[in-house]
Amino acid sequence: MQLLNVVLVIFLIVCAIAVERTKDLLGAVIIYAAYGLVMAVLWLFMKAPDIALTEAAIGAGVTAILFIGVISRTRRME
Amino acid sequence: MDDLIVKTITRIIIPFIQVYGIYIVLHGHISPGGGFSGGAILGASLILYTLAFGYKDAAKKMPHHVGAILESGAILWFLALGLIGIFAGGNFLTNRDAGFYMGNLSMLFNAGLIPLVTLGIGAKVASTMITLFHTIIEED
Amino acid sequence: MKKILAIVVLTGLLILLLSSFLEMPVLGSIENPSYNDTTHYYLDNAVEDTNAPNVIAAIITDYRAFDTVGETVVLFTAIAAAASVLRVLHDDSNKEKVKH
Repeated sequence: MQLLNVVLVIFLIVCAIAVERTKDLLGAVIIYAAYGLVMAVLWLFMKAPDIALTEAAIGAGVTAILFIGVISRTRRME
Repeated sequence: MDDLIVKTITRIIIPFIQVYGIYIVLHGHISPGGGFSGGAILGASLILYTLAFGYKDAAKKMPHHVGAILESGAILWFLALGLIGIFAGGNFLTNRDAGFYMGNLSMLFNAGLIPLVTLGIGAKVASTMITLFHTIIEED
Repeated sequence: MKKILAIVVLTGLLILLLSSFLEMPVLGSIENPSYNDTTHYYLDNAVEDTNAPNVIAAIITDYRAFDTVGETVVLFTAIAAAASVLRVLHDDSNKEKVKH
């Protein structure tokens, strides 16, 4: 369990750096959705199922869709 | 987008998502969940409908004025529940002393104020999600 | 010159954050500052006070219900601002005014 936790936190840090370095905004949104999903699993490990539900629904689902809607109205490349 | 497979799968799966969202909202005071997560799931099901069937059909199911009524109505409902506590002689948002129905522990309708407030928050969050998405993708 | 300054400032920030991070109590520690009298009161009395088995729901919608009113007002303000900016452009009667 400890090993899985460490792997997930490292994945989180890599995701956070990749979102900032990506030039393609659509790819950045998809990486951000993966960040939200891993964050939901980490909330579950921290014994906070309420926050995990909210993060999985809002952070990984609705936020990504709203960002994609905004990108479709503006430009895709940074 | 005009795809038969996406439309059929969406038509089958949306009732299950909505039942799960309503379950999370109604059981907010018993099991993990509550207004914000359940409302987000309900809003996500309506967003899925918009993605599969296009904006024109979704605007017929969920017009803007219904969203506006839900938004304003939910927050006024919340504040009215708080004012009941003041009229009963307590503080703003008093629960037990204001005479709300308490019921038995771990039955669905107990705990007075809490399920009513959770219902209001759920309606508010769901309508916020769907109104924001419709406003952003709306074509001229 | 600018790069060296940025590296010095960021190194100082890293040392500050790491030194405060090492002082933090571990997860679930009994010496955690948030594990105080208020926590004990909630854990002991929440079920009798509100009759709800989920203590988190009892805290956020009964003890701290006024904070939840604030959160709801934040959502309402966000949607009102977004709608008032974006809907004006979509409304046909306003289109002439916006262009000029």
